[in-house]
Amino acid sequence: MDTKPEFKPGNFLYAGKASALETVGLANPRDWSPTDDDWKLPADWKGIVREGMAERLQRFRSFKLFMDICVRCGACADKCHFFIGSGDPKNMPVLRAELIRSIYRGEMKTAGKILGKLAGGRKLTEDVIKEWFYYFYQCTECRRCSVFCPYGIDTAEITIIAREILNLLGTNIDWIASPVANCFMTGNHLGLKPHTFKENIEYLVDDIEEYAGVRIEPTFNRKGAEILFVTPSGDVFAEPGIYTLMGYLMLFEHIGLDYTWSTYASEGGNFGFFTSHEMMKRLNAKMYAESKRLGVKWILGGECGHMWRVVHQYMDTLNGPADWLEQPVSPLTGTRFENAASTKMVHITEFTADLIKNNKLKLDPSQNDHIIPTFHDSCNTSRGMGMLEEPRYVLNNVCNNFVDMAPQVIRENTFCCGSGSGLNAGEYLEMRFRGGLPRANAVKRVHEDHGVNMLSCVCAIDRAVFPALMDYWVPGVGVCGVSELVANALVMEGQGEREYNLRGEENPSYKPPAEDEASAEAGEEGEE
Amino acid sequence: MKLKTLLAKHKSALISRWVDAIVETYPSETAKFLKSKKDQFSNPVGHTIVAETKNLFDQVLEGVDREKVTPFLDRIIRIRAIQEFTPSQAISFVFSLKYIIREVVGPEIDTEDLDQELVDLEATLDFMALVAFDIYMSCREQVYDIRAKEVQQNAFLLLKRANLLVEKPGPKPEDS
Repeated sequence: MDTKPEFKPGNFLYAGKASALETVGLANPRDWSPTDDDWKLPADWKGIVREGMAERLQRFRSFKLFMDICVRCGACADKCHFFIGSGDPKNMPVLRAELIRSIYRGEMKTAGKILGKLAGGRKLTEDVIKEWFYYFYQCTECRRCSVFCPYGIDTAEITIIAREILNLLGTNIDWIASPVANCFMTGNHLGLKPHTFKENIEYLVDDIEEYAGVRIEPTFNRKGAEILFVTPSGDVFAEPGIYTLMGYLMLFEHIGLDYTWSTYASEGGNFGFFTSHEMMKRLNAKMYAESKRLGVKWILGGECGHMWRVVHQYMDTLNGPADWLEQPVSPLTGTRFENAASTKMVHITEFTADLIKNNKLKLDPSQNDHIIPTFHDSCNTSRGMGMLEEPRYVLNNVCNNFVDMAPQVIRENTFCCGSGSGLNAGEYLEMRFRGGLPRANAVKRVHEDHGVNMLSCVCAIDRAVFPALMDYWVPGVGVCGVSELVANALVMEGQGEREYNLRGEENPSYKPPAEDEASAEAGEEGEE
Repeated sequence: MKLKTLLAKHKSALISRWVDAIVETYPSETAKFLKSKKDQFSNPVGHTIVAETKNLFDQVLEGVDREKVTPFLDRIIRIRAIQEFTPSQAISFVFSLKYIIREVVGPEIDTEDLDQELVDLEATLDFMALVAFDIYMSCREQVYDIRAKEVQQNAFLLLKRANLLVEKPGPKPEDS
């Protein structure tokens, strides 16, 4: 507990920029680096931490319980991907939580104040803050440990509160603070302005026309559309997310959906969730405000991880009830999405699964025959919202070769990608390789045993970080969104030859119709 | 080749000591975990260490061939190359087999007068360490390459639209 972390390139995240903190009014904006001796904490930083902790112990009963009830049984100890991959014992969830529990005891509890270490307490020092920064930005808030805790302690919530307290001192990271500021000012993490957002999608529309021979005319900010579609902005500019977005466009065209994009609510991701409850609320409010302004009936959400955790677990108490919206009903199938009765927001994979179940899609899964996909359950959509069956149902209908990974590493037991909760920064690549090792190891097994060559997922951070993880640990495995595989299999009305996939690569599963006919005829002749 | 016969006789003890030596480069709580959990998915690092030390030991008995030994070394070093180890710490486990051999079968080496064979075997281990160093460096270089590639992928469409992507130069078509 007393060993100080050593900040070295590759094992820490860059500090939040002063300008980003100022944009959204976060505390103590300044220039600093975790490698500095002096972190330039506010003058009364100890008082701020004590008050911040006391306020949250009062406000969140879960936090109070989690501080008090751990019996150190060790059930969580070896369940964290960062512990397994880094070998650093302070990444055992029980010990990571102890970093803050010991301060709770030493600063807030009478026994700990008097007896100190004897009662498991310690005093607040600047080194404690440095240690919190180091380890609470190694937890990805994935909640795998909570699945195994007999008391149901959710270590993610401990990390969430610890990061809130760190934010009170301005000790936050740039990869979260800048996206938050951009999202607040412009609508999305990279700060794409409305025209750029629109132009990017139009560029992808051109690519669809080139590769699939179908012209799609999406609408933007259209009042009176039935549905508002919101997806993480990574799908609008990052590879391979853009191919997932092309998949959405083709699916909606295929079924003639009355929907619109918004250039203002142009981000499904919510890095406010990794900052504070208040920041999460401010960013989440944007898509709901936009749904009201446009007068849509409900919201359809793209393949995202933490957007869904925020919607599913927090939205209703943050910004709800969204009385101006209706309970979502699929205009194609009539299915009423009971699970979205309150949030009025449906996940694209649930929506697609329902379309397939009701035979509303014309599919040719053989278009994906060269792909042997497995599926990574995003922590947020699996443990965070219980979406376990739908992606597999979709995959089994759009591909002929789907292979699941071992039972102990999928569904609610899924291993995190190692880069969630805002840790997907470039400077953190080595640490991410540690955190992603258990997931990559499971992919490697299905790659070697079953020839799996594609890791599919329903999360934009997964899509952004898995290519690097696969390159290092399991070369030969690509990464895609589930909707890209759906689009590959869609038989679009008036489509051209699907000789190329959405990435502009030759499609090995493409069968030229002329040859098919010729061989069919030859077969018939042979039979005669 | 009496020494190799001797090593083969003590194979399980030597491998077990070698696994211990690698595992003990981690903090004690972690070492306990790495040795206790057998499941390849719950404990990929421990599983890899146990599986690959066996393979490497067989290679030592066979005579180290760069091509054959590389995949076994790679699986261990690939992990250590991105963990909190210095380069020397990351590959030091190769040398530890030297000391383990002396500890476990040292007296028999003396009584059987196998000193020259031991010198030869240690030269083989030195060669394996050099291969390990090459692997370590290639892992590190890969980390930097991947990092550069990721920056490009994260803003792929913006770079493409701004005409800022440069294709990797390929072989030029030959003049006809």
